[in-house]
Amino acid sequence: MPRWGMIIDLDKCTACQACTVACLAENNVPFAGPEETSMGRAILWHEVIGGIEGEYPDLWATFIPRPCMHCDNPPCIKVCPVGATYRREDGLVMQDYDQCIGCRMCIVACPYEVRYFNWRNPQWPEPMDQYLNPDQGPPQPTGGRGGPDVRPRGVVEKCTFCVHRLEKAERKAQQEYREMSEQELTLLPACNQTCPASARYFGDLDNPKSTVSRLARGARAFRLLEDLGTEPKVIYLKEGR
Amino acid sequence: MARVIAEQDMILLQPIMRTGLRFYLLVAALLAVITWGFSTYYRQLTEGLWVTGLNRPVVWGLYIINFVFFIGISYAGTLTSAVLRVTQAEWRRPITRVAEAITLFALLLGASQVIIDLGRPDRMIKLITHGRLQSPLLWDVGTLAMYMLGSLTYLYLPLIPDVAILRDHLGTQVPAWRRRLYQILSLGWQGNAEQRRRLEKGINIMAVFIIPVAVLAHAVVSWIFGMTLRPMWHSTILGPYFLLGAIFSGTATLVIAMTIMRQVLHLEAYITIKQYNYLGLLLLVMSLFWFYFTGAEYLTTFYGDLPDEMTVLLSKLVGEFSWPFWAMILCNFVVPVSILIWKRGRGVVGTFISGVAINIGMWLERFTIVVPTLTRPRLTFYGIGIYRPTLTEWGLFASSAAMFVLLLALFLKLFPAVSIWEVEEGREIVAAKQAVASIAASSEGPVR
Repeated sequence: MPRWGMIIDLDKCTACQACTVACLAENNVPFAGPEETSMGRAILWHEVIGGIEGEYPDLWATFIPRPCMHCDNPPCIKVCPVGATYRREDGLVMQDYDQCIGCRMCIVACPYEVRYFNWRNPQWPEPMDQYLNPDQGPPQPTGGRGGPDVRPRGVVEKCTFCVHRLEKAERKAQQEYREMSEQELTLLPACNQTCPASARYFGDLDNPKSTVSRLARGARAFRLLEDLGTEPKVIYLKEGR
Repeated sequence: MARVIAEQDMILLQPIMRTGLRFYLLVAALLAVITWGFSTYYRQLTEGLWVTGLNRPVVWGLYIINFVFFIGISYAGTLTSAVLRVTQAEWRRPITRVAEAITLFALLLGASQVIIDLGRPDRMIKLITHGRLQSPLLWDVGTLAMYMLGSLTYLYLPLIPDVAILRDHLGTQVPAWRRRLYQILSLGWQGNAEQRRRLEKGINIMAVFIIPVAVLAHAVVSWIFGMTLRPMWHSTILGPYFLLGAIFSGTATLVIAMTIMRQVLHLEAYITIKQYNYLGLLLLVMSLFWFYFTGAEYLTTFYGDLPDEMTVLLSKLVGEFSWPFWAMILCNFVVPVSILIWKRGRGVVGTFISGVAINIGMWLERFTIVVPTLTRPRLTFYGIGIYRPTLTEWGLFASSAAMFVLLLALFLKLFPAVSIWEVEEGREIVAAKQAVASIAASSEGPVR
């Protein structure tokens, strides 16, 4: 069983935000509009966070593309009262939209703030409502919806590492009696596929020969809030710090 | 028990027999506020939680604050009634009834706050059908359900003899449905020795049972915060701190309720300066304890100087939350201590003012626990969150408070505000003690 992980090379990243846009389109993320966005209600499964660090005149800008960390020890799963969020065998942390009761405890528990709440009915301005992704997420253990399926009001959602694309590719490879290639894997999540700087990698962290595991073991690798013991599977690369 | 009640206790039946215009006005005003609350909740139900001021990262706000606030108030009954009953404090007798009622109604309102807060209240049943014990939220569901059932039983048991009195005394002075109600609720109480023995046993078991349940319930409420990794929430003091705060605000609410009751229902003969003095002392001690707990927590955080914790702490001490923070210190410590430390301050007025101040202060305390932490995510790249509660949230707060008062008013309209049989029992105990003393006095001398 693979253990899916992502590598983001910050030395290559140009903070162009193409990943964020690709994610919005791929995963049917509703539009919040300027007013709601200014109130902090926008949904961004993938976000480029960053800011100015240091003190004048020693200033530098840091940008960190931030999907869900798909932690191996996820604090969000522990606190969910109804099992709406769970960890799959391949390490993906999933959200079942039909099971979630909207208590938002997982949002509070997540130190990376990757979880989003549907404050109102999802809406898209014309003509965007004509261009929703028809792909469906994998069936959930309780029979509910997951992945890019349009979310109802009042539930929590988050990045899935494009689980629907992953499963589709897995099925295809199985039918063709072959393993998925490194290249195929790395381009699987929409954010990775769109990255103009080729700064992102995706693959099996448990496979010692894979690019992701090799990069994860490298000297440039670090993870966000490592000291919290959440064991995130998104690994960043950066020379120095 | 079913015998004629003392002439002096007839005043306790007055509000049940006669209903004045003031009562209807009060009910009408409360219903108006409640209707407003329901209309705002209807809007939230149909349009979603975006009608509130909640956002990311401040995903919990007024509803959760009020949840903790109301659950805190519920400690009134457990402390005053159960703890004082177990320790056989005689002065409890006139105030146990109202304390127990406060407990039950505050719990009902507290639990409803969580439902208001849910994004999908229609899926609430999943908490039972798919509940996972590892979630602190489920601990809440379990203990609060137990606490609610326990306090309902604990309110009802000592009520039985009084309901029997109402059944036997009111006759045609009340409408038929109420006679029927008293008939059913009195469970055929005749007041014979066997019934009394069983009742006493039942009450004693419940009194002992409800104390640990209450301790657990208040700790568990704190753990929905304490079990997360958020700065200034992830602390071992949170459980005891919430328990202490619950005793504090529960007692303060009891003081407010019993003072209003005393004035409106003319219970000066029952609720005397003695009760005020003791409850005032209790509030004083709790206020000092509260200050110590707060100081211990803040000093530890301050001295440790961890960056994540410090941003939250500084937002409270000198930042945008300094206003509620220092108002909280004023209401919870400065005001009550400077009043209650004096014997004269522990009168009706002084204790009442302290009670009001403490309730405001404890609400602010819950605010300064819930909101500042949420505005400061660990990943500093996100910046600072802002939370401005909307009219919807305030409306639901107002209507919850109104609902609490309404439930209490209706309860006092149906049942005696003071436990008649327990007060009578208290008088018998005093009389018996005097008799023993006089016998002892008359047989003085060298007995051998």
